[in-house]
Amino acid sequence: MSTNTGTVEKYRNNFLKEVEANVEEGDWVKMCMQCGVCAGSCPLGKHWAHPPQEIFMMIRAGKREEVLTSDSMWMCTSCYNCIVRCPRELPITHIMHGLANYAKRLGLAPKAQPTAWFSQVFWDNMMKKGRVNELKLGLSLYFKDGIVSGIKESIKHQKLGMNMMKAKRMSPMELFGGHGVKSAGDLQKIIKKAQEIENARLESYGK
Amino acid sequence: MADEMKIGAYICKGCGIGDRLDAGQLASTATRDGKAAICQQHDFLCNEEGVKMIQADIDNEGVNRVVIAACSRRAKTEAFAFDNVTMHRANLREGVIWVRPDSDDQQETTQEMADDYVRMACAEAKYSKVPETSGQQGVNKNILIVGGGVGGMTAAIEASKAGYPCSIVEKTAALGGAVAQLHKVIPTKAPFADPQDAGVDELAAAIEADDNITVYLNSTTTNIAGAPGRFAADISAESGATQTKEFGAIVQASGFIPYDANKLPEFAYGKNKDVVTQLELEALAKAANGGAIKRPSDGKEVTSVVFVQCAGQRSKKEGHLEHCSGYCCSASIKQAMYFKDQNADVDTTIMYTDLRTPGAGGENFYRSGQKKGVTFTKSVVNEVVDGANPTVKFKDLILNEEAEVEVDLVVLATGMIPNSGQETRADLAVEDAEDKAEAKSSGEEQVIRVEVESILNLDYRQGKDVPHMANGFADSHFICFPYETQRTGIYTAGPTRRPMDAKQAMDDAMGAAMRAIGEAENAGLGKAAHPRSGDLSFPSFRKEGCTQCKRCTVECPFGAINEDEEGYPVYNESRCRRCGTCMGACPVRVISFENYSVDTVGQQLKAVDIPEEFDEKPRIMVLACENDAYPALDMAAQNKLEYSAFARVIPVRCLGSISLSWITDSLNSGFDGIMLMGCPSGDDYQCHFVKGSGTAQERMSKVGDTLETLSLEKERVATYEISITDIHKVPKLINDMADTIEQIGMSPFKF
Ligand code: SF4
Ligand code: SF4
Ligand code: SF4
Ligand code: SF4
Repeated sequence: MSTNTGTVEKYRNNFLKEVEANVEEGDWVKMCMQCGVCAGSCPLGKHWAHPPQEIFMMIRAGKREEVLTSDSMWMCTSCYNCIVRCPRELPITHIMHGLANYAKRLGLAPKAQPTAWFSQVFWDNMMKKGRVNELKLGLSLYFKDGIVSGIKESIKHQKLGMNMMKAKRMSPMELFGGHGVKSAGDLQKIIKKAQEIENARLESYGK
Repeated sequence: MADEMKIGAYICKGCGIGDRLDAGQLASTATRDGKAAICQQHDFLCNEEGVKMIQADIDNEGVNRVVIAACSRRAKTEAFAFDNVTMHRANLREGVIWVRPDSDDQQETTQEMADDYVRMACAEAKYSKVPETSGQQGVNKNILIVGGGVGGMTAAIEASKAGYPCSIVEKTAALGGAVAQLHKVIPTKAPFADPQDAGVDELAAAIEADDNITVYLNSTTTNIAGAPGRFAADISAESGATQTKEFGAIVQASGFIPYDANKLPEFAYGKNKDVVTQLELEALAKAANGGAIKRPSDGKEVTSVVFVQCAGQRSKKEGHLEHCSGYCCSASIKQAMYFKDQNADVDTTIMYTDLRTPGAGGENFYRSGQKKGVTFTKSVVNEVVDGANPTVKFKDLILNEEAEVEVDLVVLATGMIPNSGQETRADLAVEDAEDKAEAKSSGEEQVIRVEVESILNLDYRQGKDVPHMANGFADSHFICFPYETQRTGIYTAGPTRRPMDAKQAMDDAMGAAMRAIGEAENAGLGKAAHPRSGDLSFPSFRKEGCTQCKRCTVECPFGAINEDEEGYPVYNESRCRRCGTCMGACPVRVISFENYSVDTVGQQLKAVDIPEEFDEKPRIMVLACENDAYPALDMAAQNKLEYSAFARVIPVRCLGSISLSWITDSLNSGFDGIMLMGCPSGDDYQCHFVKGSGTAQERMSKVGDTLETLSLEKERVATYEISITDIHKVPKLINDMADTIEQIGMSPFKF
């Protein structure tokens, strides 16, 4: 079974097992008792195609494709309401991020999903020097939808930017290089190695 | 006891009674109207000195009827406990001063109330006797246990430990019952994680080793006559040999009958061999003996299995069981573990609508199932399609869509039907409801009864088995008196009583054994079982007056009355709960108790002073059930809730004991309103005598005719269903009746 095109039989345990093996805290999915407290607690629940309760049921029902391509888990704001309330103490927030992460690695994450897009920008920005370049990160967010809306957004948030600069939370000099960790090259090597190990594990899954 | 009746009346002035009422006047009422030979007042009657004063009069003056004008009959019962006298209480505290405002303008009516209660207590005293024994007593410590499953065995072991010899009568050739058919049982000990051994062999060995326990295998009870303390049971072996043994009490642990899955064609049961019931899966698991479970059709090792919960249960569909059997969710988890523990790769899916895992470890067991990878899918199974592999079609209730899955094996969680034998005699039921006869002949209510074999074969006029309650289970008072049936001295345990699993049935058996022991002892003393525990009175009838109408034998909720050859009632004292339903049923009023009779109440209501019509002081007779309505009134008083000074409350043993003559007499003597307060009846009855209040409601429907012949408004007589918690409701009802009388006017029957 190839890891990113796998088809699974419905209402069998295959996909659940895949999630358990590859998704952060995926072990917990089977413990959900379908009470719906998380779905009711999530401040964004209304906007989700599938609230956490449903996502867990879909995993158990073997709906691999629907789950991994869903934008639902990308909607999680890490407010932790659900974790606090789940009577079965599932680390729901972490599972949501774990699922998003897994889908992304398999290349199944929805492309236009803003959180998914921003996460990538953040990652790339951070990987360059091992530190986030706030100015570039902010600008790339504003100019996400093109020049015109970018300028509009920038003007709208001008005051916020000035305040951050005053408070030394952001420096205009960042535009020219910016700060970083001592040896960014080594960091990149470490991350690369970690990714290799992870990919190997992914590859081996299902074989 | 001295033959001469001598009333001693004692008036307490404590608890504010002396401040609010004229005790001197009460004393003269007691002597003048109540004909008390001795009347004494005391500042604090329930203290040692007060009690001594009464005892001295009993010892030295020959007082044998004690009237205590103080607090409610429910208070200070330990202080006012005297031997060999009858006890009568005029309720001046809860019944008068606490429900009336302390103001000068109310003084007159409050005093009238108290005077009436003193007269009433004296009238009751005049017509009461000290209960004497019936001569039917005799202690028999032997306990009969019907059914040799884990429940019956536990009951025997426990009763034997307490020193009571037991006999187990088991229909089959071995002890163990349904549990012996199980591979493993639901865990009973922490951490409640894995199925455990049933322990049937250990139980059987303990029985074997116990000289106090006799086991009759391949045997049934073919006749049980008598009553608690003197049951005579015919124990017949399959071979036909019968022996008669005497017992003090009986535990019925006859278990359950598995629901017939053939009634579920939609699940391909009977068509597809790989659709099995839970019990059949137990056999497969036993055969596998820890190895891979093989399916019946082709012996293939099962790799996927679906459990269909609530198959034919919790449904109002024709042929389905309405109840939840309570054990099958946990049983499916256990069975899924049979697969998972052997091979974690087997797909096990439990399809449920509501997962119910009662008991201390239920939730832990559920979690353990989840940890082991059992999948729980909230769904409704619509159909199982027959095929090489059965296909389960269902609606996923979380994802709200139809789905299907093909599996190796389908297990149906079919429920349990109580093995409680025959219904109450059908001809009695018909007789009981003559009015409904027409509805029946129209065909609508005609139910075709399948003849079920009796289990106990009671030689009772009212039927061979204990009466069935909801869904055929035999518990008569689930919350207050578990194990108790409508046959005194016969206690049900296990799934005959209510749906349950093995562990619960064993716990149940201990409870039932305890009740059986208690009743065996009780019967020996001639004392009533609850709720009139300790009552020594018992009903008797005046043969000369009896018309052999059989009303009493039909209406007794406890089957206490048999019939002799001439059709006269034969009372079995220790079967009787002393409710008085027979007394209320008797059209010629020949049934009475020594301390409770048509007269003890009838004379009380006649003792009430009825003012002239133009005094504008109506009188309301309240006949209140002593179990719920009367305590509710007392509690209303404790909460200082006021009610009309025109009410006069008489406690009755049960609404079922109310004689219609009390109603007619009250109306004729000028009462303006009559209120009957009993427990809720019907399916969710709270009547302590099961059927008493319901029977009374039916009888009271005929009061309308009486009112019509007297040309009285029908609002003057009303029946109420009162729970013990209706503390705020009861005073209001009385006040509403007072208002009604104000509207419709006084009764014209005041002479
Ligand atoms: S709150 Fe927890 S147990 Fe309930 S549905 Fe959500 S994840 Fe499941
Ligand atoms: S942590 Fe995420 S999934 Fe949980 S309630 Fe908050 S937004 Fe919803
Ligand atoms: S409790 Fe009853 S008997 Fe005792 S002092 Fe009060 S009223 Fe009298
Ligand atoms: S008092 Fe009640 S239990 Fe006793 S014989 Fe009469 S109706 Fe039956």
